[in-house]
Amino acid sequence: LSCKVLSSVVTPCYCFVSPQIRVKPDNTGVVTDGVKHSMNPFCEIAVEEAVKLKEKKLIKEVVAVSCGPQQSQETIRTALAMGADRGIHVDVSGKDYENLGPLQVSKILAALAKQEDAQLILLGKQAIDDDCNQTGQMTAALLDWPQGTFASEVSLEGDKINLVREIDGGLEHIKINTPAVITADLRLNTPRYATLPNIMKAKKKKIVTVKPADLGVDVTSRLEVLKVEEPPQRQAGMKVETVEDLVVKLKEAGRV
Amino acid sequence: MHCCWELVLPPVSTVMAGLLKRALRLRTALRCLCDYNMLSRSTATLSPVDFHSPFLTCSSEQVLASTRKLHAGADGSKVSPSAAPERLPFCRVTEEDLAFFRKILAGRTIVDPDLVEPSNVDWLKSVRGSSEVLLRPQTTEEVSQILSYCNSRNLAVNPQGGNTGLVGGSVPVYDEIILSTSLMNKILNFDSISGVLTCQAGCVLENLSFYLEERDYIMPLDLGAKGSCQIGGNVATNAGGLRLLRYGSLHGTVLGLELVLADGQVLDCLSTLRKDNTGYDLKQLFIGSEGTLGVITAVSILCPRKPKSVNVVFLGCETFEQLLKTFQLCKSMLGEILSAFEFLDSECMRLLNTHLKLPNPISDCPFYIVIETSGSDPTHDAQKLHNFLEEAMTSSLVSDGTVATEEAKIKALWSLRERVTEALTHDGFTYKYDISLPVERIYQLVTDMRKHLGNRAKSVVGYGHVGDGNLHLNVTSPSKDPALLAAIEPFVYEWTASCRGSISAEHGLGLKKRNYIYYSKQSQAVALMGNIKAMLDPKGILNPYKTLPDNLKQ
Repeated sequence: LSCKVLSSVVTPCYCFVSPQIRVKPDNTGVVTDGVKHSMNPFCEIAVEEAVKLKEKKLIKEVVAVSCGPQQSQETIRTALAMGADRGIHVDVSGKDYENLGPLQVSKILAALAKQEDAQLILLGKQAIDDDCNQTGQMTAALLDWPQGTFASEVSLEGDKINLVREIDGGLEHIKINTPAVITADLRLNTPRYATLPNIMKAKKKKIVTVKPADLGVDVTSRLEVLKVEEPPQRQAGMKVETVEDLVVKLKEAGRV
Repeated sequence: MHCCWELVLPPVSTVMAGLLKRALRLRTALRCLCDYNMLSRSTATLSPVDFHSPFLTCSSEQVLASTRKLHAGADGSKVSPSAAPERLPFCRVTEEDLAFFRKILAGRTIVDPDLVEPSNVDWLKSVRGSSEVLLRPQTTEEVSQILSYCNSRNLAVNPQGGNTGLVGGSVPVYDEIILSTSLMNKILNFDSISGVLTCQAGCVLENLSFYLEERDYIMPLDLGAKGSCQIGGNVATNAGGLRLLRYGSLHGTVLGLELVLADGQVLDCLSTLRKDNTGYDLKQLFIGSEGTLGVITAVSILCPRKPKSVNVVFLGCETFEQLLKTFQLCKSMLGEILSAFEFLDSECMRLLNTHLKLPNPISDCPFYIVIETSGSDPTHDAQKLHNFLEEAMTSSLVSDGTVATEEAKIKALWSLRERVTEALTHDGFTYKYDISLPVERIYQLVTDMRKHLGNRAKSVVGYGHVGDGNLHLNVTSPSKDPALLAAIEPFVYEWTASCRGSISAEHGLGLKKRNYIYYSKQSQAVALMGNIKAMLDPKGILNPYKTLPDNLKQ
């Protein structure tokens, strides 16, 4: 596996700090103006894993990919500061970006993987703003590659990959062929802090911008969002001083 | 220029006092005569407490002798000035008293020992009182009734907020009634145009922060204890914290207070005006009074807008001189967006790694700096920060570092500074010192203390608000060690006094440091404080045994 290119996807996702999430007045979505964009935490773990593999000299090159508007380049820079070698920014903005979903992203990734002749695609298991958990799986299907999702341990053995997956019942050990798609789960590693010398170096690394059309991908969405609503307001509870009070209140509320 | 500074100690003996006065006058006269530049250059390499320097004559021995007397009982036995004095002749709580309290505070008069116990012990678990009554009022009126009654019955009262104080000021010494503000936790008003927040004294600082953040504002102060400390207590102790560098002290940001005086009188100074020069500014007297002049029941405070762009930088420096130069560079290149400049030493990092398993985000360095910037434009701030970091790295002031712009990473970097106190509690019994010094001297105290203590101490660490000239010096030992304490004190206080520093920069005096006030304040000033206390609380029922020194009682 030592001479192959590794592609790592960094998803720029909206980093909400609750309780600031507000639904747009027209109920078509969530307010995103003025909300900070930052790297999806699971994608950070994926980048860290990729950089670790490169440091162990098991892979040759780490390419960080991000789909989105101009600001996505900052997310790529963070990946470069962590140790990725170069970046590809797939420029999707405006309405196209609002409607960009897992199917479109996976088509883009599949096209890039073919173009770059990648042997391994490492992504976060899901983005924390939409929680879809679909992109990795769809990409593998489009490429007809094996997939190792929810990985909490990854090791390369010749041209095969040993994976430990976190599943509901416990841990599953599998072995898959390469080329493959891996999605990172929380316990795969602890992402490093990008240190100043690396942040400075990253400014000089290359980021290439392409459009989905250049890759032959149509980003029209097959989904239509009908409505976005806030969850029902939680009613405040009530404290009572004595058991007698409790019984009275329960009777009043018709519960007893 | 008034360069005469007297170290005046409680009159151990008039002869001694006379000798001292003459010796110190001689010393200061010598100073004034000598070339000032020569003096400062030569003392740069000497420790300030250099009793064998050519400028001090035989006076040095007498100064030493008198200060040691301060730390010995009249018969020469070693009674620490930080130990509690004898119980004053307050009345004790009777069944009648309890009946009265229960009438006004139904269900909120606590006498169950298990429930009172946590309020009898301070956060450091270093002092314990023996109060049997915990009162939990919800309104100012209830506080007024309680104090009026206690004043008439000569019952001592210990006001208590979050009980996070570090000088033993928040817990009873004997059987003082604990007056807790925990249930007075309502936010009364917030004006989103002026940014003035009005709330009851028992509001937890962190809760106020959350409330304000939803409305695009922040509290003007922030400290590690935010999850438990209450705003009333913060004001009563004039808490400093991590944002003082940017937003100033509570003396500036508190616009109004509502208090209850010792006799139950409610003093309504709860103004929300930014400017009001009508008469004496009474609230200033109560800010920092540590519950000895009145009980704060409501606060109105001016809050700044939440910054749109916050960045935190964690840097490593090889020497303290480089750290100070980095501070200079920081002020010049980041000046208007700088909101915090904190430091910790490598010993602190070791404790964080060992006891809290927090990893070092950068490589090991002797000193670490936490810098926070807060501004209104992320792009501008990023540019300023980038320029500063590039300059710091290329001029080798800084040997390593990392930057955080997201919430989670920012919290992680801050926790390295905020959790040092916690890490110390796991290291053993901690002796804490909170000192204000000229900034360039700050670390000298730590190195001198290490040398002075040798291996009598387990760890000696220095960290703190270096931007404000405030050092937190901590010494740990496996268990309480009077011999170690005797080595640390009065060495640390004398060292501080010789630089004209403060022996308590932000922690206050409380129980533990009340008798050391003379290291930083002149006796006339302390006497005036006593007069004010006597005027506002003639029976002395409010938080007795705290803040003011014992010898005032005479």
